[in-house]
Amino acid sequence: MSGPGPGRPLTHWRHRLAERGVDRQLWLLVPALVFVIALFLYPFFYGLTLSFQPTTGGPFSDYVRFFSDSYERGTIWITLRIALPAALLNVLAAVPIAYRMRGRFRGKRLVTTLLVVPITLGTVLTAQGLLNFLGPTGWFNRILLASNLVDEPVRLTHNYWGVFFSLVITGFPFAFLLVLSYLSGIDPTLERAAATLGADWRRRFTRITLPLLMPGLATTFCLTFVLAFSVFPSAVLVGNPAGETRVISLAAYQAAYEQYDYPYASAIAMIMGFVELVIIAVVLAARGRFYTGSTGGKG
Amino acid sequence: MATTTHAPPARHPATSTDRRRRIAARPAAWIVWGVVVFFFLNLLGVVASVLVSSFGRRWFDTWLPDGYTTDWYARAWDEFALLQVIVVTLEVSVLVVGLSLVIGVPAAYALARRSFPGKRLIFLVFLLPILMPPITYGIPLATVLYKFGLAGHMSGVVLANLVPSVPFVILTMTPFIEQIDPRIESAARMCGAGLRTVFLRVLTPLLVPGILASAILVLVRTVGMFELTFLTAGPDSQTLVVALYYSMSASGIRAQQSVDAMAVIYTSMMLVLLVVALRYVNPTQLVAQVKDEPEH
Repeated sequence: MSGPGPGRPLTHWRHRLAERGVDRQLWLLVPALVFVIALFLYPFFYGLTLSFQPTTGGPFSDYVRFFSDSYERGTIWITLRIALPAALLNVLAAVPIAYRMRGRFRGKRLVTTLLVVPITLGTVLTAQGLLNFLGPTGWFNRILLASNLVDEPVRLTHNYWGVFFSLVITGFPFAFLLVLSYLSGIDPTLERAAATLGADWRRRFTRITLPLLMPGLATTFCLTFVLAFSVFPSAVLVGNPAGETRVISLAAYQAAYEQYDYPYASAIAMIMGFVELVIIAVVLAARGRFYTGSTGGKG
Repeated sequence: MATTTHAPPARHPATSTDRRRRIAARPAAWIVWGVVVFFFLNLLGVVASVLVSSFGRRWFDTWLPDGYTTDWYARAWDEFALLQVIVVTLEVSVLVVGLSLVIGVPAAYALARRSFPGKRLIFLVFLLPILMPPITYGIPLATVLYKFGLAGHMSGVVLANLVPSVPFVILTMTPFIEQIDPRIESAARMCGAGLRTVFLRVLTPLLVPGILASAILVLVRTVGMFELTFLTAGPDSQTLVVALYYSMSASGIRAQQSVDAMAVIYTSMMLVLLVVALRYVNPTQLVAQVKDEPEH
């Protein structure tokens, strides 16, 4: 901080910047900024420009190639068909459960701790467990067979349902913990006030809690959807990666690491990011229509 | 389950509205608890089937394996060179945690204390790597890292894992720094401490709980991070998750049980980390990483 000051005009210039809040302390930001620019923004724009420089054809030919091939184009639909229902189910199932558990009760910490376990296990281990548990000779099918609910084992792995269940197992606890923290952020006196005015629990929920919770639910949906949309390991391991669970991240991976066509892989990654941002933008635009004040469970 | 449901409201005399509420709520409560128990049973089944299989001698089409053995662990240890994989995992995690703290904490300090033009934009830039799924930016990132010859060994894995970790440290540390009274720093400055002294002698000791919390969160995320490591790792820089993925996708060659044994080793490593983590952080902090950011 000390040391002889530089020349007068420079000092003057510095003072004017300092008045606006720019001074030497902002150097603290520089390492992180350099880092984000070098390793996040630069690769992103590099990928963007690379996607317009295909190995053959004009600047848009990789995009044309993706959209004209129904096998490739279909991956968008396949991904959405897995990710949207899974994210929706996770959020919708989390609401009543979190609503019931928002008060204090014995064992609450245990329940929340147990719910963190599948999140930390990650998709790879979940996939391995699902293969054992839901497989044709796994315990789940054995129980179904033993209780005479089905005559032959239900096929739950290496297809759509395997991926779906893996997304529920990792996604539901995530959604639940988020919804729970949003719900506890809502001022409980609001509901008590409604109760003194004679509202039953149904009306208190639909008229007070739910509107205040909606922004938080939208945020939760977005985060869960992002997780589900980029599903990769479980789509390969418990899904059917050549057919009904060939998700878009798998298409991008194959282009980059099996065909070594980086421009095409970048184009797919850009399309993937774009589709995802569109969905998130729609949800967030809807979220903007709800109250996001200080008492709400804001996201 | 039944004990927990009717624990709280049992004592005080039930008024008529109270009773009506309880009758209406009863079936819903049963359904909710039923769903939760069903979820946990399946989760238990998923984890337990891996565990049982890893100790089973032979397990075909029966409820439980024929006999039990620990051979698969020894076999997995040799076959997958697990010692090396675990060492790599630890090295990567320690490097990522250390570097992301060194880069992230000063930036979090500047963001927490100062207001300056373009602050919101900078905040958004830091937020993006967390909001984007790893695969989307991982592929261009891996392309760039390969171009500069950084990927395929440890430096690439560390650099790629830093991308979500640094913003994560910034986001978790900013509220911690905001809690500290700025007058403490002013007092230190008045007593003649420079910025570096303020940082090392005044702020760091006060920030230890926050630093520990974000370090442990970054550690859990790095050990569990599959996509970025998968895209940038070479044959001798695989972390445990990636090695597990490769052994699973080539499961035809290897015995199912030794893959399970490896999965159990990975799980126990994660569980140890988790137990440590939960001593320092709230469970919701493990998921709600972007909760504390201001509204945009």
